[in-house]
Amino acid sequence: MTGPSVDEAGEPDPLSGHGGSRLLGNRGVLISTASTVIFFGALALIVVLAPGFKSVREGFFDWAAMKDSLLGVPEEGLPGIAPSFLLNVEVFLVAEVLILVLALVVAVVRQIPGPVFFPFRLVAIMYTDLFRGTPLLLVIYIFGFGIPALQIRGLSTQDEVVYGTAALVLSYAAYVSEVYRAGIESVHASQMAAARSLGLSRWQSLRYVVLPQAIRRVIPPLLNDFVSLQKDTALLAVLGVIEAARAAQIYSAYRFNYSSFVVSAFLFILVTIPLARFTDHLIERDRRRRAARGAP
Amino acid sequence: MRKILATLAVSGLFLAACADDQPSVTPPTATGSEACAKENLPLLTRGQLTIATDDPSFPPWIIKNDPTNGKGFEGALAYEVAERLGFSASEVEWVIEPFNKSYAPGPKDFDFDINNISVTEEREQAVDFSDGYYDLTQALLVLEGSPLEGATTLTEVKDYVYGAQVGTTSLTFINTVIQPSQQAKVFDTTSDAKSALKNGSVDGLILDLPTAYYEATIGTKGSALVGQFPSTGEHLGLLFEEGNPLRDCVNEVLADMKGDGTLSTLQDEWLADYLAVLVIQ
Repeated sequence: MTGPSVDEAGEPDPLSGHGGSRLLGNRGVLISTASTVIFFGALALIVVLAPGFKSVREGFFDWAAMKDSLLGVPEEGLPGIAPSFLLNVEVFLVAEVLILVLALVVAVVRQIPGPVFFPFRLVAIMYTDLFRGTPLLLVIYIFGFGIPALQIRGLSTQDEVVYGTAALVLSYAAYVSEVYRAGIESVHASQMAAARSLGLSRWQSLRYVVLPQAIRRVIPPLLNDFVSLQKDTALLAVLGVIEAARAAQIYSAYRFNYSSFVVSAFLFILVTIPLARFTDHLIERDRRRRAARGAP
Repeated sequence: MRKILATLAVSGLFLAACADDQPSVTPPTATGSEACAKENLPLLTRGQLTIATDDPSFPPWIIKNDPTNGKGFEGALAYEVAERLGFSASEVEWVIEPFNKSYAPGPKDFDFDINNISVTEEREQAVDFSDGYYDLTQALLVLEGSPLEGATTLTEVKDYVYGAQVGTTSLTFINTVIQPSQQAKVFDTTSDAKSALKNGSVDGLILDLPTAYYEATIGTKGSALVGQFPSTGEHLGLLFEEGNPLRDCVNEVLADMKGDGTLSTLQDEWLADYLAVLVIQ
């Protein structure tokens, strides 16, 4: 960060504290720099001076172990964390798209009025309750060990990654459908009424008037769920899949060194931070846009 | 230095194995017996020997997941070591130590850990091991009727998907010796690995020989032991906090047990005779 700043709308940057501003000049920069150095310096000192720091450094921050675990040691049969991490990314990308679609369908189904559609609404509600209430790890176990045991041709012979991804998608879509629903309900009823009075059908009103507003509003919480999803791809390990966290565990258990876990954590952080900053950016843009319009 | 120690440990075991037929090998005289007197032992809790193992633990190492019954090879071995150090059974306290935690930096909450842990050079940088108490080979467990049944050479077992438990040397064995054409799968527990075998998610499990033998004969119905693999010099050791002087006393006890044949008696009692198991070369 480049010190306190003011954005175009004249609002203080949330990162620079209440009174921080470029107009304060050198003094503000000095104070913030000093307090930052003191704060992190003290934190570092506490860790470094801890009685067990030496063994922690060897056990968790061993440079050679970090390098070995990142790239793998083929001659000792140890998988690398970096190549395994590609699987996490792959699963995340595929799951994300499927979740967005499925969740939207579920959210919309829950909004369809009329007694005829009651069974659909019921299924949507039951699905949401069931998958939101079950711990993801259990869903993964049940899918990963249960579906193959059914021995259904074509379904039971898939790769573990497929079962794991399916579990992730079903579990997360239940959450995300609720996020969508909150968004849809946050659009004022007058919007629907106005659209209908223009002669749009109920479906057209939903599609062209309500959903665009609703989805824009829920983008930040959606991205929040995706940060969480990125990390939860590590749970696929329980099915035997070697992904980044498992590769780290294998290294750690074989060499008796935890540095591999630090490496793996770092990789996950590396991909989640850009997403988090992007979320911040979207929230900020939305806030500005609304402030400029004067709308609520 | 460590290599030399490891070699000594291995050759010591080898000698012990031979010692069966040669009772003339005298047990090493207890040097430093003063330091290893019960009251001078460096213990976690005074007057009590705290031994750790994982939960769950499996036969034939520990029976019924209850180390206090003294049954199973490791359960019985632990009580034998304790007795020779001067502890009665009631002075032995068992604690649960998950394998993943057993090598964490910092003080340990046990005197030693007995949990099927293979001794390797890298691991010895984080902890200390006793001399080996069992020489381990890896073995292949399949479902009855598997195409792998009857395989006798390494080339015959290459094109299959294997499963192993995480943290075991079985995985590294798969990747370095078998080098299968498809990536092996790694499970949290042996139970998960067995589920995967029954599901057909994996074609075979690589387990240590006693475990595989137990599963094939008693543990898992419908499973079959294809054979064992040649030894890679792997052996099990008791795990100590790095620098714990108790290890030297336990090593003396283990040497005595090898010398007077107790160790092989325990093996005969709890482990099968594996010489007859086919070797996949």
